[in-house]
Amino acid sequence: MTDQLTGREPEVGRARVRKEDARLVTGRTNWTDNITVPGLLHIAILRSPMAHARIERIDVTPALERPGVVAAYTGRDLAEGLGSLPCAWPVTEDIVLPEHPPVAVDEVRHTGDPVAVVVARDRYAAADALEAIDVDYEPLPPVLNMEAALAEGSPLVHADKGTNRCYTWPLATGEDYATVRERADVVLRRRFVQQRLIPNAMEPRAVVAVPPDTSDQYTLYSATQIPHIVRVMMAVVTGIPEHRLRVVAPDVGGGFGSKLQVYGEEAIGLAVARKLGRPVKWTESRSEGYLATHHGRDQIQDLELAATRDGRLLGLKVDLLADMGAYLMIVTPGVPLLGAFMFPGIYKMDAYDFTCTGVFTTKTPTDAYRGAGRPEATFAIERMMDELAAELGMDSVEVRRRNWIGHDEFPYTTIGGLTYDSGNYESATDKALALFGYDDLRSEQRKREERGDPVRLGIGVSTYTEMCGLAPSRILRDLRYGAGGWEAASIRMLPTGKVEVLTGTSPHGQGHVTSWSQIAADVLGVPFEDVEVLHGDTRTVPQGMDTYGSRSLVVGGVAVHRAARKVVDKARKVAAHLLEASEDDLDFADGVFSVKGSPDAHKTIQEVAFATFTSHDLPDGLEPTINAEHVEDPEAFSYPHGTHLCAVEVDTETGRVRIRSYVCVDDVGKVVNPMIVEGQVHGGLAQGIAQALFEEAVYDEEGNLVSGTMADYLVPCAADLPDFLTDRTETPATTNPLGVKGVGEAGTIASTPAVVNAVVDALRPLGVTDVRMPCTPERIWRALRDARSARPEEGSS
Amino acid sequence: MIPASFEYARPRTVEEAVGQLALAGEEAKVLAGGQSLLPILRMRLAFPELLVDVGRIPGLRGVRTDGDTLVIGALTSHHDVVHDPLVRRHAGLLAAATATVADPAVRHRGTIGGSLAHADPAGDVPAAVLALDAELVVQGPDGRRSVPAREFFTDYLQTALRPDELLVEVRVPKADAWGFHYEKFQLSAQAWAVVGVAALVRRDDGRIVESRVGLSNMGPTPVRATACEEALAGADAAPDAVASAADSAAEGTRPASDLSASAEYREHLARVLTRRAVLAAADLT
Repeated sequence: MTDQLTGREPEVGRARVRKEDARLVTGRTNWTDNITVPGLLHIAILRSPMAHARIERIDVTPALERPGVVAAYTGRDLAEGLGSLPCAWPVTEDIVLPEHPPVAVDEVRHTGDPVAVVVARDRYAAADALEAIDVDYEPLPPVLNMEAALAEGSPLVHADKGTNRCYTWPLATGEDYATVRERADVVLRRRFVQQRLIPNAMEPRAVVAVPPDTSDQYTLYSATQIPHIVRVMMAVVTGIPEHRLRVVAPDVGGGFGSKLQVYGEEAIGLAVARKLGRPVKWTESRSEGYLATHHGRDQIQDLELAATRDGRLLGLKVDLLADMGAYLMIVTPGVPLLGAFMFPGIYKMDAYDFTCTGVFTTKTPTDAYRGAGRPEATFAIERMMDELAAELGMDSVEVRRRNWIGHDEFPYTTIGGLTYDSGNYESATDKALALFGYDDLRSEQRKREERGDPVRLGIGVSTYTEMCGLAPSRILRDLRYGAGGWEAASIRMLPTGKVEVLTGTSPHGQGHVTSWSQIAADVLGVPFEDVEVLHGDTRTVPQGMDTYGSRSLVVGGVAVHRAARKVVDKARKVAAHLLEASEDDLDFADGVFSVKGSPDAHKTIQEVAFATFTSHDLPDGLEPTINAEHVEDPEAFSYPHGTHLCAVEVDTETGRVRIRSYVCVDDVGKVVNPMIVEGQVHGGLAQGIAQALFEEAVYDEEGNLVSGTMADYLVPCAADLPDFLTDRTETPATTNPLGVKGVGEAGTIASTPAVVNAVVDALRPLGVTDVRMPCTPERIWRALRDARSARPEEGSS
Repeated sequence: MIPASFEYARPRTVEEAVGQLALAGEEAKVLAGGQSLLPILRMRLAFPELLVDVGRIPGLRGVRTDGDTLVIGALTSHHDVVHDPLVRRHAGLLAAATATVADPAVRHRGTIGGSLAHADPAGDVPAAVLALDAELVVQGPDGRRSVPAREFFTDYLQTALRPDELLVEVRVPKADAWGFHYEKFQLSAQAWAVVGVAALVRRDDGRIVESRVGLSNMGPTPVRATACEEALAGADAAPDAVASAADSAAEGTRPASDLSASAEYREHLARVLTRRAVLAAADLT
């Protein structure tokens, strides 16, 4: 809406072209791998080819004889200066916390576990020299299956711990589930498997570690989402004092959680730089990253849903096994807990009973992957709602309507114990149904079924919510997380009236430079173009909690807003003095302070900035700055929601799924930049659909990752995806001044169940009630064949 | 993804290339478009001592006709094959199959000769060339010889090429009178074929006179669906007859079970896709 007096259009809400993009798309970029430093050496890492083995003997000396090699180290060589890699989320008091050396010393526990490091003058020499290292492995039995891992007598991933059980974390709320269950007319039990996924950021990981030279600081450049957290953790792991360590996240090309991590290679880089006094670089190859960068998901979900005959939910019981992989990384054990509160979704019920058991296996560690816990939870409840609808012969939208929280019931405290501040599920759903043409598609579906069309139509529904804006620090304390959830921002008013915003968020594709400029420009009344946003360097922005969990706008964007308000408050004092008026008599609009009733008496905020710079005429005792900072600790999570509808055609002869149409109506609260929001939704949908139909990390029985390259791990591209029809409703959050809710993960969380529900919906008349993800053509073909042989009287084709 | 070190030679003539290959024996690899070789080198699945880059040898690129035969130079890129008017007129099947190879970047770099010499059974070009009954002309120290496509592919990634021979051209009998279709089943848009069916059909009104069906990824080499071809000869040009013939499409094949598909599923796909490919080639859809 344009301001009627000034003609200025608010920046928040405008589809501004991203400031970042001209530079990024023309290659004026500063990826970590682009960074070069005089005297730079290159690191290559020898990795275990076995899932589980004892290192009987390792000899790196032959590598030293290779041309160009400067140094080579075993795990033992590096162990002296390096501690265990950290886990910041010990979710229970009795959690099993294994040692995690950056380079294995006695035992390797997954294929890809580092066993030796070579440092050479170029990357080729380093890679060649790896071939010369001698390692004798004594094979140990791999541990690959979570249920078998928990059985008595299973081989152990960490023999010294005596168990493969990492922790068990229970939550029971509302009435007693067993009692509620007795009232139920219907009790559904299902097992769903969240397959293991590989995050696949466009930019691989890379590290450049520079020892003290002209300053007394070490500098660590890393392709990371979390430079501030890495700085703290690397100080602990390497013993380099925190004030002597600068961490920089330069341009970072995507993360999806995989760079929300404190990695061994960062510690190795610093340790080698310290030993040699030379700068070093390591850049992973894609196939190396598939082994060495953390994986996501990997849960077995046993679910029980109790309901009445008329489709009202009574209770939900969730029993999870979560694969930790071989070690606990920064938040590995906590990922399923981010979902623990979300299994009830948007629905009302009387009892909720949740248990999660973390299990060690000899696979690459898991950790946060876009959505982190919430996609798993949303998948489970949204699949169950469709199963309930089918069981009761009810429409799948109708069964949701009967159970969701009404728009007049907010704020609403869920059975999971969260208080949803706002939402309007009716309005998002109605809009989505209309855009989708729900009734027409249902009618086409019936016609295809009646004529026995080999290509069936299926319709999938997902009415999701998620919790974003990680996180109120006190809640993190209650969850035993090792840090707070605040975010910092500072604003510098430069003498010429230009503005620098320093943010503790660490964008790696999200467009914070653009969105934060829009937020600051509106509060300060300065042009969008006059704002620069600085981030990702602990020397420039000393305080930050970084970017993950759809938190940046809700916590970091709000911090920018509040810091800018503080700037205006400070500037008001200066302006009042200059205009010889009282502060109360000043209006501030469009960057101009004016005296009420005398519009000719005014000062722009830029004039105030300059007057503060000279400080020749400030009120007595006033600190000569209008710069301000704010650290925002959110009062609550935020709860975006929406309705996603997917129509698929399934070729019952080949099992191939084609997404015919996809409609989503998301409610992410107030929107700062609609173009960025749409981009986030598109990318999120692609990743959620990828889990439903394409991607899976597959291990063989020896524990080798057989989907070890992009030829076998199928990341879909644009040609595999449909046109998305995206729209929004806008129900502002009530717990922050911008009314924003976050959008980074919404598409991923919502889309997976929408697609799988559609696939199952297409096949249900043929006797199929579930298809494991990813729903590959062969899995569907087999499901159809099994269903036919189970019901021979109906097997007509 | 760092290749081991190797020597690099860039000959200017076929004779020079063959000489270099003869000298290096088994230790040399021919580099054309590099779309198969470079990934293999980068993943350290091969350690050749010498790469003979034939990419700039004149005369190996382009398409011409020689009487009833279409002659395609081994260095002709997939992109050029797809868009060449002579290929489209006389060997439409080859253009159709080649159009499904990977993505535009790969099709601009990759060559028909490279694809055939690499002999990946999952490739699209080998099955089409096999169905077209092409002849592959190779040149060695003793001059040129011609190898029928049926004898060229000998095993998984193995061909009749000797270490000192270079594939120089592909000779395709003109197939103007044949209907054609390439039916590719893949798990994502840029992936290899799980199964591919290259079908050529010659119809005489109500009957199928003759058919040739090449299968991608149904064994260690591209193969012909011989039983299906026999069943189609003289069959009614009708969906039921085609379906019945296609039921024998997997006979005699030895498909692998791998991450993309089990052998059993591949056999099923071969039958379904052959039916679809033949129906389309016979203009019966």
